[in-house]
Amino acid sequence: MVALNDPLAARAHARAMEGTVAEAMPILPPVADDVPATVAPRDLLWEETIAAGGYASRRLSRGSQLRLIDVAGDACASILLFNAEMPTERLNVADTVKVQWNAYLGAGKLLLSDMGRVLMSIVADDAGTHDAFCGASNAASNARAYGQGTNSGPYPNARDRLLLGAAKHGLGRRDVHPCINLFKGVKIEEDGTVTPVLGPFAPGRAVNLRAEMDVIVVLANCPHVLDPRPWSITPLRATAWRGPVTAEIDPIRNATPEGRRAFLNVEDYYRR
Amino acid sequence: MAHLSNADPHLDGLGEVIHDEIVPARAPWLHRVRAGQTLRIVDLEGNQAVDFLLYAAADDAERYSAQDTIAAQGNLFLRAGTRLMSNEGRPMMTIAATSVDYHDTIGGACSCESNSLRYGHHTKAQHACVDNFLEGNLREGRGKRDIVSNINFFMNVPVEADGALGIVDGISAPGLTVDLRAEMDVIVLVSNCPQINNPCNGFNPTPVRMIVSA
Repeated sequence: MVALNDPLAARAHARAMEGTVAEAMPILPPVADDVPATVAPRDLLWEETIAAGGYASRRLSRGSQLRLIDVAGDACASILLFNAEMPTERLNVADTVKVQWNAYLGAGKLLLSDMGRVLMSIVADDAGTHDAFCGASNAASNARAYGQGTNSGPYPNARDRLLLGAAKHGLGRRDVHPCINLFKGVKIEEDGTVTPVLGPFAPGRAVNLRAEMDVIVVLANCPHVLDPRPWSITPLRATAWRGPVTAEIDPIRNATPEGRRAFLNVEDYYRR
Repeated sequence: MAHLSNADPHLDGLGEVIHDEIVPARAPWLHRVRAGQTLRIVDLEGNQAVDFLLYAAADDAERYSAQDTIAAQGNLFLRAGTRLMSNEGRPMMTIAATSVDYHDTIGGACSCESNSLRYGHHTKAQHACVDNFLEGNLREGRGKRDIVSNINFFMNVPVEADGALGIVDGISAPGLTVDLRAEMDVIVLVSNCPQINNPCNGFNPTPVRMIVSA
């Protein structure tokens, strides 16, 4: 162990860490060599690998696109969404499935707020296994599954991770609303039975979300609450870039009458 | 010989009645139920959706969680025996008995705003459950962010093999009930659903009866 008995030695020790590379970390400024060719480097907003068991939260502007990649095939991206300028407006999972008349999420589906607006839309999805019903693990469920479940231990739970991510935008316990789990799926049987579809899957599956409003995205990457295996979770990669506000002729905007009205409500909100 | 009041079939099997109230059609209802007490909800006229939320009386940031409830039992439908779980993974109430096969917890609450998506902007001025939830919560210092995915007692939302789901004709009937035993002291927040654009209330919102017994 080095002796760090004066501030300058401590400073030198700290500064010597610069350039260290970890598996889970943000890249600043963001660099990604696998974004669409139409994305100019100056339009990259975010490049971060979120640890297995980790979390992240970020504000994204209307029109931006967020690409999530299940790098090694065993990520579970639990996601919360808020209207960034009025976070009392947030993702409403019940409205998301009810208004779209379907239980399953995938390309073309909208993530709806509790104010009749679309917060984000799913513009591409080669995973196809997502879950709007089971929500986040919590300290009690992780304690049952893994013996412990706290943020400070080796098996953090998704709810407490989401809570930390939300807290960094000034939000609290009342704001951690029902979430959506991306990359881990469920199948609903006729009698209501929820059958988890948990993989592990092929590495590299991606989901692209387009921000239809200015949003705060909170992500936790912890094992699905119904995962029966010993602790199994792999890193989650997040990349985001600027893009144009969705055009009136956009096919997702016009796919259903309910969705079209959700976009009309967004446009009305920004009419100021 | 049974007392005349015991002839009320809605009281069958209940202990000492400590609260008995009719919630009018379209109205909110806010009430505290102590651990060990049972709340019976009576669908007086049949197929009346009762939108339902719970808060822990000691700490109202702990509240009903549809997702924790579904995950805990591995099933979407709420039936006799279902434990209504909190967002912190604790049982808040248990469905001690019900004369309806199952109840919904995926359909959420109607709102003026979601009505504009589901039916058109001509429905935005109609009364809705979220407005009832807000009215009830605002009395106690809670607000919009305290409204989460709720239960819809007496409402039927099947999910088909391809994921198609929707609110369809109910499976309740006049006089059917659900009994909820409190596992902790809870605040019960109800919207007696005013929706008139789908079958959740048979297109005709009606009163329900709330009976709390020791």
